[in-house]
Amino acid sequence: MPVKVVIPTPLRQYTGKSDSVEVEAKTVGEALAGLTSRFSDLRKHLYNDEGKLRSFVNVYVNDEDIRFLQKDQTPLTESDIISIVPSIAGGSTTCCICS
Amino acid sequence: MSIKLKADQLEAIHSHAEREYPNECCGMLLGHAEGAAKAVSEAVPLKNLRLDSARAQELLPLADPGRESEKNRFLIDPLEQLRVEREARKRDLDVLGYYHSHPDHPARPSNYDRDHAWPWYSYVILSVEHGKASEMTSWVLSEDRSHFDLEPLKL
Repeated sequence: MPVKVVIPTPLRQYTGKSDSVEVEAKTVGEALAGLTSRFSDLRKHLYNDEGKLRSFVNVYVNDEDIRFLQKDQTPLTESDIISIVPSIAGGSTTCCICS
Repeated sequence: MSIKLKADQLEAIHSHAEREYPNECCGMLLGHAEGAAKAVSEAVPLKNLRLDSARAQELLPLADPGRESEKNRFLIDPLEQLRVEREARKRDLDVLGYYHSHPDHPARPSNYDRDHAWPWYSYVILSVEHGKASEMTSWVLSEDRSHFDLEPLKL
């Protein structure tokens, strides 16, 4: 079943500039595996060395965060849209590391 | 890479940062990128989710909540981000990066900023000294994530 994965701007350089990609999948885990096998450079930005999704990568199915659904096992239906949403965080202490 | 801001966007970021002082403010920069040149057409103020500490902690826990708070940390609500980004796409606008303020700290990225940064995005930082907007800089994470490079900020 084809589902759409929406790619945020910083990761489009790894998907041949596409802003969304269609993959065949029944679960979120399958969709992300399909995506990263097609665009292998994406893997290091989405997963840590243990193969787990990085804590600052949010994955949404429509308007729901998969952390509060069934994570990787979250089932998909045909009209679902998966969005990769980069966590945006920062702060001012422990200055400075600029080049 | 370079980023171009118009006077009214600069003014909007200044007043947002001064309004939120002594807390950190944050927002999204929308516009178009042509090769390495980014042109901002809208600066959208967003809520600092650190003000809702229970929800923020659930999404991205702070290592030391005793010393870290909305005064020196920001986190954007991913659902708000997703919705604003979705609306922007309908108007053919892309997310070029984000801005945030450093209350009573220089406009330089911290290690914490780097640990949570993404490649390509512009990270615009505005220093707010004693409640008044001061220096503004823009930074892009290096490919190997080891440091930020200063990005020319054109006005």
